[in-house]
Amino acid sequence: MTAVDEITPSDRTAGTPVLEATGVTMRFGGLTAVNDVAMSVQEGEIVGLIGPNGAGKTTFFNCLTGMYKPTEGRVRLLGTDLPPKPRAVVNAGMARTFQNIRLFGNMTALENVMVGRYCRTSSMALTSILRGPKFRREERESRERGQELLDFVGLGRSTEHLARNMPYGDQRRLEIARALATDPKLLLLDEPTAGMNPRETQQASDLIFRIRDSGLAVVVIEHDMRFIFNLCDRVLCLVRGEVLVEGTPHEVQSDPRVIEAYIGGAADDEEDEQE
Amino acid sequence: MSIDTDIEEAHDDTERVSLWDRVGRPVAPFAWPLTLAGAVVLGAGCFLSWSYTSDVLGDLSIDFYPGAVQILMIITAVLAVLFALMYRGPLSHLGEWLSSATALRTLGLGSTIFMALVIALIAIQSGGLVNVMPGAWVSFAGAVILLIGSAGLTPRAHRDPLHASLPSWVEILTIVVLLAIVLFGVAYVLGIDDGTVFSLVVLFVGIVCLALARAGFFTWVGVIAQTHRRVLMLGAVAVALLFPFTQGGSDANMSIATQVLIFAATALGLNIVVGLAGLLDLGYIAFLGAGAYVGATMSYSTFATIGWKPPFLVVMLIGGCVSATLGLIIGSPTLRVSGDYLAIVTLAFGEIFRLSMGNLDGQDGPKLTNGPNGIPAIPDLEIGSFNFGETHDVLGITLGRFANYYFALLVLLAFVITVFTRLNNSRIGRGWIAIREDEKAAEAMGVNTFALKLFAFAGGAFLAGLAGTIKAHHDVSVTPDQFIFLESAFLLAAVVLGGMGTVAGVLIGATILKLLPEKLRFVADYRLLIFGLLLVVMMRFRPEGIIASKRRQLEFHEADEELATRIEEVHLVEEQEAKA
Repeated sequence: MTAVDEITPSDRTAGTPVLEATGVTMRFGGLTAVNDVAMSVQEGEIVGLIGPNGAGKTTFFNCLTGMYKPTEGRVRLLGTDLPPKPRAVVNAGMARTFQNIRLFGNMTALENVMVGRYCRTSSMALTSILRGPKFRREERESRERGQELLDFVGLGRSTEHLARNMPYGDQRRLEIARALATDPKLLLLDEPTAGMNPRETQQASDLIFRIRDSGLAVVVIEHDMRFIFNLCDRVLCLVRGEVLVEGTPHEVQSDPRVIEAYIGGAADDEEDEQE
Repeated sequence: MSIDTDIEEAHDDTERVSLWDRVGRPVAPFAWPLTLAGAVVLGAGCFLSWSYTSDVLGDLSIDFYPGAVQILMIITAVLAVLFALMYRGPLSHLGEWLSSATALRTLGLGSTIFMALVIALIAIQSGGLVNVMPGAWVSFAGAVILLIGSAGLTPRAHRDPLHASLPSWVEILTIVVLLAIVLFGVAYVLGIDDGTVFSLVVLFVGIVCLALARAGFFTWVGVIAQTHRRVLMLGAVAVALLFPFTQGGSDANMSIATQVLIFAATALGLNIVVGLAGLLDLGYIAFLGAGAYVGATMSYSTFATIGWKPPFLVVMLIGGCVSATLGLIIGSPTLRVSGDYLAIVTLAFGEIFRLSMGNLDGQDGPKLTNGPNGIPAIPDLEIGSFNFGETHDVLGITLGRFANYYFALLVLLAFVITVFTRLNNSRIGRGWIAIREDEKAAEAMGVNTFALKLFAFAGGAFLAGLAGTIKAHHDVSVTPDQFIFLESAFLLAAVVLGGMGTVAGVLIGATILKLLPEKLRFVADYRLLIFGLLLVVMMRFRPEGIIASKRRQLEFHEADEELATRIEEVHLVEEQEAKA
């Protein structure tokens, strides 16, 4: 907690933070996966979330996005409290990708992105059947926006390819495009470079910078330290469900506790990582 | 797992090729003349008599006057000659597009099996091989020569039919000709009374379709069907409208046709639930039943229990709404479970519906359905002054009672198809498919999963309810035992067999499942066994169903840029049309 208090005054941008999570705790029976975690994200900021396997990073994401109902704590987006329902969270302007890619495999790339437009369109059954003017306008706009986003992430030429047949790196990018289609203010990326080669990792980091430049805040979970320290403005290190260190990449990198958590800690951590 | 199957398939392939090659290697140098000769001999034999007695398989006993079964083999022989000329000779430029050798092998194998079957049937039905006349042996020999000859041909790499660009009038003409063949083929097939001849015709259709499919012909047809969708749709409507006129006033076949239409309309409703939203529903027949009971209780039958007799269109609407309400009632608590659990709950719902309808007889509940006796003697529909029970003469052709229902059902089916395709190609359809693919991810992307699932249930039920109200009048009586679990299973089989998520596939599936038991007694007796086998075979060899949806099609042309761009072009045309 003290770490958060120290950081807050030194924020470069004033005003309400995009995301403000306080005291988020998630218990599964006797196991406390996330314990009293606080995080705030400012506009146009890229925040990294690191920590050994099993530290509760993804669980924390699930709490933020309403996939889990946190046992305690609250999540505020742009100053309003978020209910723990995924749909409400997306509507409010927070979108995510998944650690293990969860695309709609038997839909084309464009259709995948157009599903992301679902929450920003509203034509119901009757207009859809009668093909009313509203339906046609929304359909055209979703298609155009979808194509635009595919171009943005560099998949403009794979519009009609089935998601399941796309190369791994493209699937990761498609998932980002799908999340962007919901017009989020904050994008949560869960291990966006897992399984990528150095060139693809470089492309991914370029893409995240471009997303930031378009006015979004980004939170990234990642194990690739070089990637995260190049990319992020601020890094949180989560260990056993608690924030161990928070600070600039440089501070976190050189903090002995972080090094200990990763290397000096239990040997099983490393084994997990190799999996 | 996937690696295992890959290896297995590769293994299968090499084995199959080597078998054909092993047979074909000795004849390879003169394979082409042999193939051509085989086809000619096969055709020539058909002009001689096949059987001594005239009462077997129609009449095959007259020289130079081929009977129905012989004409089938003549068609096969002509096709074989055409493919042989594509392999080498005047039509060889066509052979670049179509895989003629593969088609010839299929035709050779098929005609050999066919002829062997015919000879066996003649021998069995007329009491001995003595009655098989030389003509049959000639044709059989021709078929065997064709088989051996074609084995010696080398299948050539052919160009993908996707790249074929013919003048559009040729493409349109092809569509028209194919539709005409379908119309007269169906009329002809329905006219066959002899079960054995009917099965031979089915076998023949199977052989020809398989040969054309393996030659790549249907891929091309699929492409031109997509480019000329309007023509195809208009043509299909014309064929459907013209069909009753080919029946010469006979009600027997029209009654099968109307049953197919009712079944198809219901199956399309189920296709929304199963094919699009991916919810397994095993009690779907209840929604058809609800519509039927609404139609019956509000009819002018003396046994009808509701005094209010609104116009039929209002009754239809009420039937649909009652079904949809049932869908909502059953859906709202059960859609929280998924997969197998949902299947069990819906299965139970179907049974509950049937049992309650059997008990609402005034003793155990309100008097609504007359219990197990149902509501009999439902009079024919009368819309305006048009009575569906009377015959009408159009252009000198008499249209009977079932023809009237046929046209009404056709309108209903057109409505159902419109609703289905338009919902499918909308935000809602995409939401459904997203739910089917990954419900959690769909929810995380802001899709209102619960509402959409509920709407799939209610919408599908609404369509089934509409069909039910007509069914009540069509069937004359409505009883609970019309809505047993087996019917739900058949609806599901029609959807799976035809192709989940498609319209054409479900129509074909519904036709197969309703037509075969009507025409083939032995299928009627063993239909569960036969359809079960059919489903198992389909799951092994063509899990996507007879007609694959556009998405599934893409799965099989994995990295096919060309197909993708082609589809994209079609999309662009559609968009322009939508703007205009």
